[in-house]
Amino acid sequence: MSIAAHGAPPGRPGPPLWLLLELTYRCPLHCVFCYNPTDMSHLGRELDTGEWLRVLREARALGAVQLGLSGGEPLVRDDLTAIVAEAHRLGFYTNLTTSGIGLTEERLAALKEAGLDHIQLSFQDSTRAMNDFLSSTRTFDVKSRVAALIRKYRYPMVLNVVIHRLNIDHVEEILAMAERLGAEYVELANTQYYGWAWLNRARLLPSREQLRRAEESTRRFRERLGSRMRIFFVVPDYFETRPKPCMKGLGRIFLAISPDGVALPCHAARMLPGLSLPSVREASIGSIWYDSPAFNYYRGEEWMKEPCRSCPQRSQDFGGCRCQAFLLTGDAANADPVCALSPHHHLVTRIVEQAASEADGEHPLIFRDHRAPRAAG
Amino acid sequence: MMEGLSETSRPAIGHGFRLQWESVQDAHVLLYPEGMVKLNPSAAAILTRCDGLRMLADIISDLERTYSAEGLGEDVLAFVRLALERNWLELRQ
Repeated sequence: MSIAAHGAPPGRPGPPLWLLLELTYRCPLHCVFCYNPTDMSHLGRELDTGEWLRVLREARALGAVQLGLSGGEPLVRDDLTAIVAEAHRLGFYTNLTTSGIGLTEERLAALKEAGLDHIQLSFQDSTRAMNDFLSSTRTFDVKSRVAALIRKYRYPMVLNVVIHRLNIDHVEEILAMAERLGAEYVELANTQYYGWAWLNRARLLPSREQLRRAEESTRRFRERLGSRMRIFFVVPDYFETRPKPCMKGLGRIFLAISPDGVALPCHAARMLPGLSLPSVREASIGSIWYDSPAFNYYRGEEWMKEPCRSCPQRSQDFGGCRCQAFLLTGDAANADPVCALSPHHHLVTRIVEQAASEADGEHPLIFRDHRAPRAAG
Repeated sequence: MMEGLSETSRPAIGHGFRLQWESVQDAHVLLYPEGMVKLNPSAAAILTRCDGLRMLADIISDLERTYSAEGLGEDVLAFVRLALERNWLELRQ
């Protein structure tokens, strides 16, 4: 998101401007690229409506203003409308990320009435659903019905498609389909390798050549459609030489609350070792944001190692992604190995080279399964 | 859209955008899908007057009266153009 990180004075972090509620990990889909945790067996029960409303009120009082509602599939929560209504009343700008499954006209009318500001329709699965999508069958029917509803209720039609090796050669068909759906914005977001996507990385990372062809297709669509359909193409960062400024720095603007109330400085932070993540069941949002060791740990530059510690880029990219550093190097305080200055950068270049040569048969795809967390109550 | 800009235009906050005061930031902000612009006081003074009812000429004279200034027209127009380009504003003729 494009909230500027305000130059808060050292010592006192700015407010958590961007609040993400992962309302549930429950989901009707089984996406191989899902970033949700791969082991959900030890998660606590979901927050109930009253707990979510308290989170909203406390965060808003601190200055949170952008609200993301995601999951899992947030529509499986039957209190979604009540949560949106309270968020709107408090002055949040509300953004819903959904697969559209379960979005009836009745439901959308109620969400609109409750003050929902924005919807991002995600396009999901890589295999069955992608085939459906590309062959214009069942999934396309669901998506076009939902897309028409979204337009009817005067929302911009924003489509997000996760891209990976199994569908990247179909970017042209995907964009043609998006055009038929009446999309105004399309985000072709290359998979980020966390959670289920990390398990499936060997099957999902495209080759450099595939990436080049997809970018070329995207360019042709942009030329033809101009501002009628704006296309964002997010390159997988494994192909970059500078790291992404992950979350614009941990603990600077972004606060996620997971379904069981655990507060996270980034979506994937559960994996970071040694972080004792606080829960909204035990602490206020204010004490979590300002005082908890987990949210303070990666603030500032004390935690950095070389080459980040003396790098002139450190205040722009914050050393990249902590989770990626941990997954690839085993130490979350290392430079994100995507960075060409990292002594571990060869790990990333080797993975990219392997992506070009590996046969798919060597790694079975692991579908997200439904040893699902329990519902509230 | 821009060709239509004149003193009789009635600019309004663009569809999907929301303008509001944020006391924690001590500023007006413009909110849009997954993003936010923190406004400086002069931008806020202009945008808070763009309600889709008032004509640009009236907005300019109101600003000149409020801030005891003259000849603000050009600056206001330049900002409104920029805001239209970014879809922060839309025109209701």
